[in-house]
Amino acid sequence: MIVPDARGYYGGFGGRFVPETVIPALEELTDIYSQLQHDAEFQNELDLLHRTYTGRPTPVSFAARLTAHLGGAEIYLKREDLAHSGAHKINNALGQALLTKRMGKQRVIAETGAGQHGVATATACALLGLECIVYMGRVDMERQKPNVFRMRLLGAEVRPVESGSQTLKDAINEAIRDWVTNVETTHYLLGSALGPHPYPLMVRDFQSVIGHEARAQMLDLTGALPNVVVACVGGGSNSIGIFHAFRDDAEVKLVGVEAGGHGITSGQHAARFADETIARIGTLHGTKSYVMQTPDGQIMETHSISAGLDYPSVGPEHAYLRDMGRASYTYATDAETLEAFQLLCKLEGIIPALESAHAIAEVVKLAPTLPNDAMILVNLSGRGDKDLDTVIKALEA
Amino acid sequence: MHGLNSIQAVFEQAKAANRAAFIPYYPVGYPDYTTSVDILQALAEAGSDIIEVGVPFSDPLADGPTIQAATQQALEKGTTPHHCIEAIAEVRRRGIETPMVLMGYLNPFIAYGFNQLAIESQQIGIDGFIVPDMPADEGESFQAVLEKADLALPHFLAPTSSPSRIRLAAQKARGYIYLVSVTGVTGARTTVPDHLRKNIAEIRTVAQQPIAVGFGISTPKQAASIGEIADGIIVGSALVKAGAEGPQAVYQLAHRLRHALD
Repeated sequence: MIVPDARGYYGGFGGRFVPETVIPALEELTDIYSQLQHDAEFQNELDLLHRTYTGRPTPVSFAARLTAHLGGAEIYLKREDLAHSGAHKINNALGQALLTKRMGKQRVIAETGAGQHGVATATACALLGLECIVYMGRVDMERQKPNVFRMRLLGAEVRPVESGSQTLKDAINEAIRDWVTNVETTHYLLGSALGPHPYPLMVRDFQSVIGHEARAQMLDLTGALPNVVVACVGGGSNSIGIFHAFRDDAEVKLVGVEAGGHGITSGQHAARFADETIARIGTLHGTKSYVMQTPDGQIMETHSISAGLDYPSVGPEHAYLRDMGRASYTYATDAETLEAFQLLCKLEGIIPALESAHAIAEVVKLAPTLPNDAMILVNLSGRGDKDLDTVIKALEA
Repeated sequence: MHGLNSIQAVFEQAKAANRAAFIPYYPVGYPDYTTSVDILQALAEAGSDIIEVGVPFSDPLADGPTIQAATQQALEKGTTPHHCIEAIAEVRRRGIETPMVLMGYLNPFIAYGFNQLAIESQQIGIDGFIVPDMPADEGESFQAVLEKADLALPHFLAPTSSPSRIRLAAQKARGYIYLVSVTGVTGARTTVPDHLRKNIAEIRTVAQQPIAVGFGISTPKQAASIGEIADGIIVGSALVKAGAEGPQAVYQLAHRLRHALD
């Protein structure tokens, strides 16, 4: 089955659960995007920017010392941490910013949690000369001060969001409110593989460059496909980006790693697939998927040491891949993540983003259980400079 | 008379009286549960034709600051969808027959269960549902349940709506069409948009349902001028603001708004 269908459904997940006012804008976006998917000029323009600005292709590195340390499968890292602005987020931001220009719009709005998508969007807008407004929860602005400063340096206006929990989900609410109000002049540059159709599709496609490169690089380096592909899952853009190229390689296992926070029984986590009692099928921010909620259907506040995974719902295609049995999902706790973070620093000379360290934490568990001739490909979705404050505080605690 | 029929009857009566229907919105739990029940009663006594009873939600992405703050406060006081249904039951026990629809975001309704909602609606006299994040081409199962239970389900249209969206709403809206007067979120505004007359005329060419206009109406003067071209006017934020002062303040504003339509 080809997903999504014409209405943006991945099996029973996806759709467009948004106010009527923005439906025409989503229809327009769907139309324009379906043209640009097959527009060689647009694709070449994006490809040129990726080669000459983003720094693509990003390499795949063999993690020799980590492999030796864990004593099992060979571990390969897809180095999205080396992409310009420090994470995979730029892949989607540049794609959508180019698309904004094609639509003839000059104003871009975005939401950000950790600030990585905000920085990527501000970067793309600076490059292409677009007005950029980023909504960010007041609490997140405090937690991620350097990224707020970065966005401002890049010419973006950062608007604090003071409603609700003052974090990512509230920033998305506020971005949607702005969009509903200014829809005729404004493109909403959504940063993850969620939201109303066509966002999950569009974000997946712009991020699928990760998997397409990595698949070819693995074949080139090793002559074979990896046995397992591992990536962290917040909204799910880096993971869907690396999974997508392997979807038809039935022998390649796809493993998503959610934020286990303080552990599932604590209730303080963002592991949507691990906790059936509180993560049930519902609608949030325009899409139907698994949503962490109270028995009354109020959206719950989540917890993760990494702001980028700290979100109560998950992209609809992940819900679909999981229900189909094509991908499996597990989680890493804050404590496991911190261990993995330090391990990668010391053994490979790479400071990973805390988000990506969740994927490494799963590799630490998985690699020793596999034979020496097995290969694991991990998406190292971002670098960890932004997380130093958080890590210092956590290690001192 | 309950359900869709009661909503349709109200618009016919208003039309016969040569005026627009007056449709206030008010959320349960603000400033507290008991006061909000009294406010629903006050709205009925002020001559409301239909009352849209708000269900507070943690992530109200179509609402402006006034309703966000009020519903947030209601949630902090523990208001649940069950309380909202119970509030209507209480108002019905007080003998109030005014048609009432529950207005809320989709997720709490999914959590409650569509069938359960329909059953309780018929038992206590809830006449329909308005769901701002469920466009007319989504939520087929909820739509089917409401149709079977003969309950209303107004759909939204906006100044941005294309002819195909207008046709879809005309096909599917049950009770009335909720026309959003401006692109934007809920909240009081001072002017009446120029394009409104044109929007209404365009919708009337394909839709049989009455057209109620909301978002931004706060004064009797605005109500009167929009009431001349629409079949109903919806007022929310201005009444919620008055709600902080209690039922009497809400009654007075509602009474003035209602009589501005005569």
